[in-house]
Amino acid sequence: MSKKKIWMLGLFFMFALLPQTTFAMHIMEGFLPAKWCIAWGVFTIPFVLVGFLSIQKTVKEHPKTKMLLAMAGAFAFVLSALKIPSVTGSCSHPTGVGLGAILFGPTAMSVLGLIVLLFQAILLAHGGLTTLGANTFSMAVVGPLVSFVTYKIVKRANGPQWLAVFLAAALGDILTYTATSIQLALAFPAETGGFMASMVKFMSIFAITQIPLAVSEGILTVLIFNAIKAYGKDELKDLKMFSKEV
Amino acid sequence: MTAVKKNKVKKSIIKTLALVAIVIALAALPLLLVKDGKFGGSDDKAQKAINEINADYKPWFSPLFKPKSGEVESLLFALQAAIGSGIVFFGLGYMMGRKKGKEAANNDIH
Repeated sequence: MSKKKIWMLGLFFMFALLPQTTFAMHIMEGFLPAKWCIAWGVFTIPFVLVGFLSIQKTVKEHPKTKMLLAMAGAFAFVLSALKIPSVTGSCSHPTGVGLGAILFGPTAMSVLGLIVLLFQAILLAHGGLTTLGANTFSMAVVGPLVSFVTYKIVKRANGPQWLAVFLAAALGDILTYTATSIQLALAFPAETGGFMASMVKFMSIFAITQIPLAVSEGILTVLIFNAIKAYGKDELKDLKMFSKEV
Repeated sequence: MTAVKKNKVKKSIIKTLALVAIVIALAALPLLLVKDGKFGGSDDKAQKAINEINADYKPWFSPLFKPKSGEVESLLFALQAAIGSGIVFFGLGYMMGRKKGKEAANNDIH
């Protein structure tokens, strides 16, 4: 037997004998075919790069906001550690990226979200390294973008700030898991019904579980935002959060 | 503190507590209402769904490191939450103290 064949055989047995991994709220390690892992990873790269530059710029222009940036990242850290029971009889966790997206812009959260996901993938076997691109895309690209746009729209319509923050965080949360469902449906279209049938199936698992959690995330984000507003006016001014009022 | 300001603080505390109560209720009610719920991860269900759609699919990569038990895993999750909230509330405390210091300085001048 050639060396290559032995390698192939060894790898085959290695994967065949690996214990079934438990799924987490993010797409689990190994549960997305390789081509999709690569595709989502590639889609995510520009957002992370732009986010990195945007963070650099913000911190350079307003060094004072560093503390707030750490707090926004830490908030995502806390919320994504909390697995909360939901109406469907299963658990899921909020993402906490809405706050940072409102304060620092969507791409900044792509970087912070990536860090959170990396921590969970490496230490907690939650999410995964191969699915890191896909999970970053849903939680740290789609979620923050939705939050950011929602906040802007509600503010432009002269809606109250608490409502803008609430809707931004809640919708960002829901759309994150909608994106996860789409990613899984694209990779696993049903034999009958194809993409749409799979989409409905995954949506019913992720999105419905997520609705009460999204409400919770909205409320928690409003609470923390109000606290920051009460004591951190200087930072918020630096971030031009009061552009209209000032 | 003036009476008006005191009243305002009281109101905001009540509002905060009410919001916290809603969050707790949203987490606690499903536990009471969904009797046959197992409350595993929504991920476990997704895994089942994948198997239903494509029974042949095998995960092609496994976590490099896996917490040895549920206890160890919950330790790590608790640690994650603790570190996060530590940073958040350190920041809030810092901002709060800074504001108080500024106010005190202003009062000294007047």
